[in-house]
Amino acid sequence: MTHDLVIIGAGPAGMAAALAAAKLGLKTAVFDEQSRPGGQIYRNVGDVAPQVGRLLGSDYLHGRPLAARFLHAGIDRHLATTVWDITPDLTVSAIAGGRNFQLRAPQLIVATGAMERASPLPGWTLPGVLNAGAAQIALKSSGSIPSGRIVLAGCGPLLLLVACQLLAAGADIAGIVETAPAANRRAALPAMAGALLAPKLLAKGLAMIRRIRRARVPWFIEATDIAIEGDERAEALRFTVAGERKRIAADIVLLHHGVVPNTQISRLLRVEHAWDDAQQAWRPHQDVFGETSLSGFRIAGDGGGIAGVLAAATSGELAAIGAAYALGRVSFEERDRLTKAPRRALRGQLRIRPFLDALYRPPDWITAPSGETIVCRCEEVSAQEIARMVDLGCLGPNQTKFFSRCGMGPCQGRICGLGVTGILARELSMTPAAVGAYRIRSPLKPVPLAAIGCVPAKESETPR
Amino acid sequence: MFEPMAGLAAKDRITIQVDGRSLQVRKGISLAMALMEANVVPLRRTPLSHAPRSPLCLMGVCFECLCHVDGRQNIQSCMVEVVDGMNVRLANGARRVEAVRDA
Amino acid sequence: MSALDTIVVGGGVVGLSIAYGLAKAGERVRLLDEGDGAFRAARGNFGLVWVQGKGAGKPTYALWSMAAAKLWSGFARELEEIAGLGLQLSQPGGLTLCLDESELDRRSVMMAQLAADVAASGETYPYDILRANAVRELCPHVGPDVVGASFCPLDGHVSPLRLLRALTAALLVLGGELRTGRHVDAIEYRDAKFRIHAGGTTHVAAKLVLAAGLGNAGLAPMVGLNAPVKPIRGQVLISERVAPFLDLPTGSVRQTGDGGVQIGESKEDVGFDDGTTIAELSRIAERAVRMFPVLAGVNIVRTWGALRVMTPDGYPIYQASAECPGAFVVTCHSGVTLAAQHADPLARWIMGDAEPAVLADFKAERFHV
Repeated sequence: MTHDLVIIGAGPAGMAAALAAAKLGLKTAVFDEQSRPGGQIYRNVGDVAPQVGRLLGSDYLHGRPLAARFLHAGIDRHLATTVWDITPDLTVSAIAGGRNFQLRAPQLIVATGAMERASPLPGWTLPGVLNAGAAQIALKSSGSIPSGRIVLAGCGPLLLLVACQLLAAGADIAGIVETAPAANRRAALPAMAGALLAPKLLAKGLAMIRRIRRARVPWFIEATDIAIEGDERAEALRFTVAGERKRIAADIVLLHHGVVPNTQISRLLRVEHAWDDAQQAWRPHQDVFGETSLSGFRIAGDGGGIAGVLAAATSGELAAIGAAYALGRVSFEERDRLTKAPRRALRGQLRIRPFLDALYRPPDWITAPSGETIVCRCEEVSAQEIARMVDLGCLGPNQTKFFSRCGMGPCQGRICGLGVTGILARELSMTPAAVGAYRIRSPLKPVPLAAIGCVPAKESETPR
Repeated sequence: MFEPMAGLAAKDRITIQVDGRSLQVRKGISLAMALMEANVVPLRRTPLSHAPRSPLCLMGVCFECLCHVDGRQNIQSCMVEVVDGMNVRLANGARRVEAVRDA
Repeated sequence: MSALDTIVVGGGVVGLSIAYGLAKAGERVRLLDEGDGAFRAARGNFGLVWVQGKGAGKPTYALWSMAAAKLWSGFARELEEIAGLGLQLSQPGGLTLCLDESELDRRSVMMAQLAADVAASGETYPYDILRANAVRELCPHVGPDVVGASFCPLDGHVSPLRLLRALTAALLVLGGELRTGRHVDAIEYRDAKFRIHAGGTTHVAAKLVLAAGLGNAGLAPMVGLNAPVKPIRGQVLISERVAPFLDLPTGSVRQTGDGGVQIGESKEDVGFDDGTTIAELSRIAERAVRMFPVLAGVNIVRTWGALRVMTPDGYPIYQASAECPGAFVVTCHSGVTLAAQHADPLARWIMGDAEPAVLADFKAERFHV
């Protein structure tokens, strides 16, 4: 084998892992499907227009030195490369520029991060409806803002952050419609202590609230019965607040209900996952060095559970040190010494999580939609069709998928997976843990048939 | 659907072909962004019901931004940077088996 | 609440076809099936309603398959009516493409022998060996590497997904009962009744049909039967939706009614492993691109391994228990093709009609040499 360590993902966790690994002398290869490092949170941080960088602020620009160090470090970078398969022996198959190749190392760190939770509601498939995070990506990667009147709907810190950033960029925010149920605030109280230990974050939150109030943006909370109106594209948002039905005309609707771990690779490798009820998402089991139930396969960053950007970098560092120890490159004592500070830092970085998780718990009409709302966008399967599968004896997402075609489209269940689990859990009166998740198979992303047909022959073949 | 924020230093413009039409787009941005800035709405129509769709996530997860680029079909346009002379065909329903030829 | 007539163990295409047939004939049927994560050969199969090449060396099987293919359209019409769901059945004939002369020769010899054996029973076995030009006329997109093919007008394909869903829906419409998440642990035979113990629940009936696929190996001996089946893996690839371009199914490439292109054909003896391997997927993909070069750029969305339920000779077992009268074991690996037979002649046999003569050839005793 040519390398000690393969890392998938060049966001904060992947970059931190790569730099730590290189420092420890591990021969490291890093893969990312984007052409520049940064992942989503530090998207385009190395090339962003100065005016946009200033607008996004120090939290974002904090990623610039990390990305710069990453680009100059002594590691093998495979950017603009799509990983499409990983076997249990950790052989990675990837495509770059139409060329297929494989790489295998004894240690693998997957740092593919998180994705936005889908927000299935009536009309959400209309053109002009995007995730709030998408608007932030547009700002970061091309300095663009949505045109026309924008309404933001959902719950989570990103919703208000994006609203503020768009305001600063000159966008026209016609309204903010928050969906966090009233019960969330009560539920978050016990976790308040943790929040108070992160005063900087709290201060940022309060500053955002002041900004939005100053801009006199129409702002609603505890909204229900949200629907997006429009024929060929979004035209308005309808919702109910305090018993009153309201309507805001809009050209763009930005939705957000938090982020969830992207578990495609961890599911492909069939490692153990647990249902995290606080985060309403799956997370793979991992030890403090990121190792999963498959020896040599580690996870770093939000892909192992939502913990934020600073925790991502810390966990990347821990995973790299863990890999170095497993390879016999550092002793037990050295590992202990090297990880003392990061472990302490991580504990501090995680302190505010229970508060945020409780405050921003998505409403159950998002996690378990119903009615004609499209849940599987690719195959256009509605919530009620999925619910009907229970009548045909379906007990989990895989049989449901087989009978209804949900999850069979190109997104491979990324968008609909959680919604299907939520609906089945509700219909069957089972926990999401008992219902389970889609079985994920190769390819991790759709690849051309000819690319699969051209895999170079290997000496050893390990089935998965 | 999108526009550069006010005061942004102007990028060079390049020309791409979209369904036979010439479009001037900003250099260095993704094809998905370029199409949205040019108000190409919807971006595609679904294979099943020809429903109108446009990008949702801009990070390669949702697969709503699919279009045909330089003969390769169903490419995620949010993962591709525009290039001068790029030939784009919008996805109007299910793809055809052969590569789509230029008009 | 009237008592159950028959319990069927196994919710794959075999179990569902039989349960549907029994329910249609007026029996009170309960079907027991496992949970979401079971192996389920029925969920991984290719969807062919296929005759050609089957029964080489065992003409009764060829005849059984031919008859099944002929029954299929009537079976489909009736099932679609009851379930309210189309099956995407298409029987335009099918091709087995050959990529070199020796492949074509071997195929030609095999088919000729099969036809001769069938003719000895007084039936005509319809098939043709086509050279490249003739294949291209039927199927314009075949590649230059294709030297010829065997064609059988009885061949076709159907959506396995819709078939299973329709059988399930129809079973329920006809008053059949479905109990999923039930793994059968033990079966007792007492006082002319079967007591089936499944995860804390018990089910009682005078008749029992074991259609549990690979599970039959463990269940059959509980009722004095023998079902020596083992898994033989097949790996399959499925593409994104493609505008229709291929109406004729081939043995290893077919375009489904939803537009996706399904690609396969492999046989591996790897035990209970339904995973995929790069080596095999690569071989299958490379062959498929040679057969249909236009598929080179089509995106594959999913691959899987599925475990065929294989007896030592690959032919079915249809057997009634002598020790425990009322118990039947049914196993085959072409449950889709044979669905029409299972829903009707077989169901009637289970209900008490005389055993169809052809079934004499499909007893487990043939493995006791």
